[in-house]
Amino acid sequence: MTIEEIENEIVEEFEMFDDWMQKYEYLIDLGKSLPIIDEQYKTDNTLIKGCQSRVWMHSELKAGNVIYTADSDAIITKGMVALMIRVLSNHTPDEIMNAKLNFVEKIGLTQHLSPTRSNGLLSMIKQMKLDALAYKQIS
Amino acid sequence: MIESKNITEVQLDIEKIRADFPILSRKVNGKPLIYFDNGATAQKPKSVIDAIGNYYSNQNANIHRGVHTLSQEITVAYENARSTIQKHLNAEHAHEIIFTKGTTDSINLVASSFGKKFIFQGDEILVSAMEHHSNILPWQQVCEERGAILKVIPINKEGELIISEYKRLLTDKTKIVALTHISNTLGTINPIEELIALAHVKNIPVLVDGAQAVPHTNVNVQLISADFYVFSGHKLFGPTGVGVLYGKEKWLTEIPPYQVGGGTIKTVTFEKTEYADLPLKFEAGTPHIEGGIGLAAAIDYVNKIGLNNIAAYENELLVYATEALGKINGVKIIGTAKEKASVISFIVDGLHPFDIGTILDQLGIAVRTGHHCTQPLMQFYGIQGTVRASFAFYNTKEEIDLFINGLERAIKMLN
Ligand SMILES: Cc1ncc(COP(=O)(O)O)c(C=O)c1O
Repeated sequence: MTIEEIENEIVEEFEMFDDWMQKYEYLIDLGKSLPIIDEQYKTDNTLIKGCQSRVWMHSELKAGNVIYTADSDAIITKGMVALMIRVLSNHTPDEIMNAKLNFVEKIGLTQHLSPTRSNGLLSMIKQMKLDALAYKQIS
Repeated sequence: MIESKNITEVQLDIEKIRADFPILSRKVNGKPLIYFDNGATAQKPKSVIDAIGNYYSNQNANIHRGVHTLSQEITVAYENARSTIQKHLNAEHAHEIIFTKGTTDSINLVASSFGKKFIFQGDEILVSAMEHHSNILPWQQVCEERGAILKVIPINKEGELIISEYKRLLTDKTKIVALTHISNTLGTINPIEELIALAHVKNIPVLVDGAQAVPHTNVNVQLISADFYVFSGHKLFGPTGVGVLYGKEKWLTEIPPYQVGGGTIKTVTFEKTEYADLPLKFEAGTPHIEGGIGLAAAIDYVNKIGLNNIAAYENELLVYATEALGKINGVKIIGTAKEKASVISFIVDGLHPFDIGTILDQLGIAVRTGHHCTQPLMQFYGIQGTVRASFAFYNTKEEIDLFINGLERAIKMLN
């Protein structure tokens, strides 16, 4: 699936929710799903400093695609992180760099990407794209 | 003293008071706003909003500069605002009240100017473990510049200063003590009069960070004998961008100007400048005129209700909320000092404050989450952050009930 197709799939999933409670319960469930980063990569080097919740992010290149793994100490942030990984992971550096990530607005969670939210998510997306750029330059 | 304080059931007409604050009738995420983030900034009554509007509609002119009527009128109004603050703090002179941008600005002013004059290699500056970053960083910087050493008064687990340690740390090397009156994170009310008296025994001046105290208590700077007392307008129901530095005349006369420029001088030649007398010596440039006027309006408003009434009512809210929180499994209150203002920090077992704050926000409830600009304090408690609810006199027990419901719901969702 292309990045856009995955984004559309997520938007459709969220359209089934009637209210904010269901939406957040879904995010929380995503957040509770198994650790999404290998413990060895959960270090200060991979820590993205948001003011409040912390995000760890690791990436590697496999067969021309970037694979991301990440974690957060806050569960709602972790749910958002899981969504971002589902959208961006396993694509080529070019595809990742060009991703618009419009789905966040469509599912009504833009507030989580505002700089004042200080949950590390915005910095994480920036870091994901920077990593993609770095892989592109190596290859 | 939460349990044993003699609570007089205060007769405040809260409905009428709430009607004075336009923002309290708005909705957030479809729910009526419950504003429990007063420690960060307080809401503004109509009289303050009107004073600012009126300034721009009818009074706007620059102060201390013109012979024309508007300039003279606003100069009088601005100086009246200074007198209102002077009376409110019971300062001896109006010129001991310096308008600043806020608490942080006031502390930077004192740290910089006092530092230049009085702090040298090997000297010590004393702060406490519960200080806001704004009352740490300016001192840290002075220490770096002047080769001085920052010393820290420890606290106990309840969040109270350990007085015996404080006494031990007051030495011949100590040049100034900088202490918060009320902790923004723990709510602890420090025995400020006693703490100042102890420093004065050794002739050490004390700066008091009153940012969290002025909205909750009457402050009498002469009674407590503070050398410097600083606060922000916006936490006292006034405008943002304006604050106060009170300083004893003796100190303000001795320390050099901070920023210089228009307004701070008597005569200027390219060789030498003679600086103006207090307070203008410390007020460079065109000030936040409507801020000063709005702050005076806020003080008038608070005084109409009466800070003693406010303190008693807020204590009822504090006791009520503390009891209710205590009944929720897994909730731990951080900061259990005997003397507390209406600020409650807490954590919930296994849950991140950020998640709790996010769910509460969906319910229209505004709380603060995080480290509250007191990272060293978080390190002391070994936590990343807390959820903080801080109440003002326009909050109600019904709102606390809704908050407790919301919290229980958040805990259920997140577990
Ligand atoms: C105790 C204390 N000191 C200082 C400050 C800083 O105030 P301001 O940001 O208005 O300068 C605050 C506000 O957060 C505070 O609570």
